[in-house]
Amino acid sequence: MPQNYVPIFLFIALIGVLLPVTLLAAKLVRPDNPSKAKLMPYECGIDPIDSARGRYTVRYYIVAILFVVFDVETIFLFPWAVKFKALGAFGLLEMLIFLLILVVGYIWIWKKGALEWV
Amino acid sequence: MTPSTLQTLPQGIEYVRILPEIVLSAFGIVIMLLDPLVDQRRSSRMLGTIALIGSLAAIAASQYQTQCPPGTAFWDMVRVDAFSIFFHIVVTTVTAVVILTSFEYMDVQQLHAGEYYALVLFGAVGMCLMSSAVELVLIFIALEISSISTYILAGYRRRVAISSESSVKYFLLGSFATAFFLYGVALMFGATGSTSIAKIGETLNAGPVPLLAYVAIALMFVGLGFKVAAAPFHIWTPDVYEGAPAPIVGFMSTAPKAAVFAVLLRVLFEAHAPGRLWLIWVVAALSMTLGNIGALVQDNIKRLLAYSSIAHAGYLLVAFAALPSSGIPAAMFYTAAYAAMNVGCFAVISHFASAGERRVTLEDYAGLGRRSPILAATLTLFLLSLIGIPITGGFFAKFYVFSAALQADLVGLTVIGVLNSAVGAYYYLRVIVMMYMREPREETPVAPIPFGLGAALAISGFATLYLGLLPGRVLEYARSAAALLR
Repeated sequence: MPQNYVPIFLFIALIGVLLPVTLLAAKLVRPDNPSKAKLMPYECGIDPIDSARGRYTVRYYIVAILFVVFDVETIFLFPWAVKFKALGAFGLLEMLIFLLILVVGYIWIWKKGALEWV
Repeated sequence: MTPSTLQTLPQGIEYVRILPEIVLSAFGIVIMLLDPLVDQRRSSRMLGTIALIGSLAAIAASQYQTQCPPGTAFWDMVRVDAFSIFFHIVVTTVTAVVILTSFEYMDVQQLHAGEYYALVLFGAVGMCLMSSAVELVLIFIALEISSISTYILAGYRRRVAISSESSVKYFLLGSFATAFFLYGVALMFGATGSTSIAKIGETLNAGPVPLLAYVAIALMFVGLGFKVAAAPFHIWTPDVYEGAPAPIVGFMSTAPKAAVFAVLLRVLFEAHAPGRLWLIWVVAALSMTLGNIGALVQDNIKRLLAYSSIAHAGYLLVAFAALPSSGIPAAMFYTAAYAAMNVGCFAVISHFASAGERRVTLEDYAGLGRRSPILAATLTLFLLSLIGIPITGGFFAKFYVFSAALQADLVGLTVIGVLNSAVGAYYYLRVIVMMYMREPREETPVAPIPFGLGAALAISGFATLYLGLLPGRVLEYARSAAALLR
């Protein structure tokens, strides 16, 4: 069914033509008068204090990773909660085993001192 | 999974079908829990012993599975038959040998043991699951369990730059390769409407094969080819093996490979993968040639064995191009023989390397025959087996693979394979010549072999000789297992 792809190719061709044309037209038509305030990155109206490429402590990285782990936990909990009745005792048991494994991970993180700042 | 299948809850027998995985996970979790709680100075030996008990229990669990009738579990996601039990036993035995090797290694390198043993066990969970999974999504998850454990283990000597480098390289390239596999799975689902290997096989067998299925197989093959270090996807191997801790190299060059080969066998044969022959032909020929040529110029024994493992992946893939009736048993026998000899090799290397893995160049091995006759003799046995000299497992492994290839009229591929074996003999013999015919550079005696390492060497040496002297029983078992696969 290659003919199904015809609209897609049409779109690609259209983009290929339209994009340079609009950019070129805008360039020709608009007044060109840049200033410092105009070139500033737009961040919800607040003035940027600092460069975005500054350095920050590597600990954020650990916290972020730990966050992801427990974030994913919720992703598993939601569908289970929705289907709680259908899954019954089996589902409950499986989820408890899953949580138990996560708790072991939590104890491990805690005891290893990954949650301490400094 | 449709709602109707959910109503049938798993029976007791279904838990037996994932018993090795349950046992390994439980022991891994216990180690993770104990690691921060017990005193660090005493924990190493204790946690190692728990891990060893865990792996032995997993071997027992795999043995127990042979008593149960073969069948599927968990809504046809897992199938345990003679084929998967074969790989369970290979993986769990390799795990036990690696743990035995690590006892001394962890002390000498002054590494913290806790997560190490847990990760080895968790990795083994993924590998066992891979060999019994018959559903592509579960295969993907199992592949990730095993890969992520090995990514971390590769960087376990974290104060050593080369080890971190190895871990990062392995992780980046490995994730990239996994993406290929996943994309292949998605396309296969698009082409056949199922992720179950049996159903894919039915669909591809019944009607005309859609073009998409060819692309899907090729993409899945890229992902799996990376994991077994087959040739166009092998670039990572020497760097990763050079930096990773030696016992872990022994682990990740054998157990995950065996498991991924099991997946490949299932995907290629059971799913009636289209275009299998040419894909395999090219990759096998490339792996054998590039692996052996690369190994010729290596001075570091870990890099040398890395290239050798690429070459061996090539030999193994030759069996995949053969007819299923002779190719599958040959491939299974090869994985077992290769696991035995390679894990043995790295056991010797990890003992001889000493603190900081100082002694890993070929020059260091000069005169080892005089400095430590036992160590040199065992390493020689494994190297001869890697060459494929009779009375070792490597001989029959190569013999079955090449005779399977000849039965399928793959004369060209067999010729390339045999020529490559001759090339390979050169660099393995170079190590043996170094050990026996060169003057030692230093006269300090090699550290005595501790009990754990001795047991590891004894097990792998025995397995190598057993497969070389009495290959019949294992081959018969592999034949009966392969018959179930089709």
